[in-house]
Amino acid sequence: MNKQIITTLSIAAALVIAACGSSSHESASATTTTASSEQPKSAATDPGSYDPKRGEGKYDASNVTVGALDAAMAAKGKSIAETKCFSCHKTSEEKLVGPGWKGVTSRHPAHWIMNFITNPDPMINKDPEVQAQLEICLVRMPNQNLGEQEARDIVEFMRQNDGAK
Amino acid sequence: MSTRNLSICMLAAAALYITSCKPKGTSNAVSGDAASKTYVAPGKYDEFYSFVSGGFSGQLAVYGLPSGRLLRVIPVFSVDPEKGWGYSEETKPMLNTSHGFVPWDDLHHVEMSMTDGVADGKWVFVNGNNTPRLARVDLKTFRTAEIIELPNSAGNHSSPFGTENSEYIVAGTRFSVPEDGEAGDVPISSYKENFKGHISFVSVDKNTGNMAIAFQLKTPGVDFDLARAGKGKSNGWFFFSCYNSEQANTLLEVNASQRDKDFIMAVNWKKAEEYVKAGKGKKQSIKYAHNKYNEETHTATSEMENEVTVLDVSEFPDIVYFIPCPKSPHGCDVDPTGEYIVGSGKLAALLPVFSYDKIQKAIADKAFEPEKYAGLPVIKYEAALYGEVKKPGLGPLHTEFDGNGNAYTSFFVSSEVVKWNIKDLKVLDRQPTYYSVGHLMIPGGNTRKPFGKYLVAYNKITKDRYLPTGPELSQSAQLFDISGDKMQLILDFPTIGEPHYAQAVPASLIKDKQLKIFDINSNKHPYATKGEGEAKVVRQGNQVHVYITAIRSHFAPDNIEGVQMGDEVYFHVTNLEQDWDVPHGFGVKGAANGELLVMPGETTTLKWTPDRTGIFPIYCTDFCSALHQEMQGYVRVSPKGSSVPLTYSLGDKLKNNLTAAK
Repeated sequence: MNKQIITTLSIAAALVIAACGSSSHESASATTTTASSEQPKSAATDPGSYDPKRGEGKYDASNVTVGALDAAMAAKGKSIAETKCFSCHKTSEEKLVGPGWKGVTSRHPAHWIMNFITNPDPMINKDPEVQAQLEICLVRMPNQNLGEQEARDIVEFMRQNDGAK
Repeated sequence: MSTRNLSICMLAAAALYITSCKPKGTSNAVSGDAASKTYVAPGKYDEFYSFVSGGFSGQLAVYGLPSGRLLRVIPVFSVDPEKGWGYSEETKPMLNTSHGFVPWDDLHHVEMSMTDGVADGKWVFVNGNNTPRLARVDLKTFRTAEIIELPNSAGNHSSPFGTENSEYIVAGTRFSVPEDGEAGDVPISSYKENFKGHISFVSVDKNTGNMAIAFQLKTPGVDFDLARAGKGKSNGWFFFSCYNSEQANTLLEVNASQRDKDFIMAVNWKKAEEYVKAGKGKKQSIKYAHNKYNEETHTATSEMENEVTVLDVSEFPDIVYFIPCPKSPHGCDVDPTGEYIVGSGKLAALLPVFSYDKIQKAIADKAFEPEKYAGLPVIKYEAALYGEVKKPGLGPLHTEFDGNGNAYTSFFVSSEVVKWNIKDLKVLDRQPTYYSVGHLMIPGGNTRKPFGKYLVAYNKITKDRYLPTGPELSQSAQLFDISGDKMQLILDFPTIGEPHYAQAVPASLIKDKQLKIFDINSNKHPYATKGEGEAKVVRQGNQVHVYITAIRSHFAPDNIEGVQMGDEVYFHVTNLEQDWDVPHGFGVKGAANGELLVMPGETTTLKWTPDRTGIFPIYCTDFCSALHQEMQGYVRVSPKGSSVPLTYSLGDKLKNNLTAAK
């Protein structure tokens, strides 16, 4: 019986609203715009496709190639790193806030490094090695808004730092 | 179900029906689907940005609509300890005036920059009422970019209303006063003789936004209240409401309410502009501050301007015409077509609607009253009038438009919003507000193309609307859905300060233009530290300049010794981050001002004068990373003349670097 009363009252209430309302039946949808995602689509939709050898971002073996050391590029890379990187990284093997740079070019190909330093957030979320590093450092590497050439110059400096000729 | 039970249900339904159709109680005015109309789900954006005056807080609040969520509070004519605004050395000049540092004002009205009569989303202009100022807020950074002081003025209330392409933003004085300077030392009782109303026309550079006082109109001494520019056909004209045409200087409550009609002053600003260009204005020596914030040096400068061009309207017969308007007009609002001007006499029992075409014809026909006002022509009321809205409510203040031929007027005394049709002047709907509405706002409702979906009423009194908070209660905004025939109250939310006017624009006009970081490479601050290798501490006499960097999560340097009593220490903090939403804060124990909040790529300075010897911690005040609590350091202060050398360091590695940099 109780249930019936509630049902009846609900119907009555609906009737009342219908009787008094004029514009109240218009659809309330479409009052908001959807937040656009900052992340690349693959980051949100397809975590399984992550390739730890390549990293995630614009770069791969086809568009990043290294040859004989370009000292001018390395000098530029060092200058950029002084502003944007050396607060947290030493050029030795010693960890400061983040790991030391010594040997990084033998651990990772140039395109992986360029992906990581230009697109750190998705890789911190997915790359097993980076996640292990985060457990040690506890500070997520900031996105320092490096341009393509800036990132490439920094890689050249890392190569120089690792003894490339 | 038995017959008896059924009849009980019917009775209950009848009772519900009766109560729900009588919106007397405050809760019953809201219908069932209100929540869904204002609900913006987590992660979703609002449809509109609204910029709401913070009144006597001196700040500008930004709310999303329809949710009513507070997105930002922008300090304009105020200091703001949260943001270090007015506390950092770089922002102090923004609050400079000819009276010196004035860290407060009364911010009433909001005007978006316009292109072709619609908001373009570049800037918001706001007025400072008390120490007359006009400010421009940049909508890339949501920061105050420029403030200009207004000479010959007092009570900059009739401001900051603008023309169709923001050629001019006006600033009309509410309190007429003698012109600035020594000649102002006159008896107050000589008001009629010596007090004048000055209206500044402030030009705005279309590209940079830079403001300048192009000219001032010197008018009879009355109280200028509000204003609107013509639009479309009436572009080229400006309409100012004014009261105290009695020219009373005491007990205005009574003495300025004597005449049956005051005025709307119609100004042919294109004509005034021609006179100024022809060199007809008089140059007046005067002093007023002009403050600008430079985004590359991250530093404001304050310059004292020393001249203004004044046109005395009594010397030019075709600039100014008075239109009689009943009983102390407040709002003076122009409809989207530019044809209708609605005058809202605060004490009047009707709403006059004037016709631009009829005003032009009256001027051509010289349909003037036999008696001039202060030597200026007064158009005959009937010659300018389109018609009157009869018995609209009590205490009309402001009118906005929905673009569909309807006007919406706020009524303070009867505490309601009234919708009426502009063509036939018939009242279509009225809804109560809680309580005592002042301004109201429809997104774009003052422009050529209103978005007639929402209306927000800004209320002066909230009494029983929210959980009580002692003697001082917040004011409120009430959101109505006006997409149907009847206005529907769907939300109310508390506001900061006292909300006067507001404007709103579609979010799409602004949201994608946001500056996310300052490029560290473009930082031209003279004390910028672009990398820890450049961090240093330099003594210049008794000034100690600390070039200090912040990045997650340490300062460089973080140990400083050799500061002495009597020193002035300047911490120039550069945030080396280049990622959105990673500011660092900076506080030092005992600093007699505030904190810094430094955006990525920015340099900001905190001045600290130690008052005792000892060890003073510094730390980051804005949670920046998992190691934020470790972002700290120490400064040692020794007696004057101490032999402790000036040193600075960060760990071991950087100590060497820093030493090498010395």
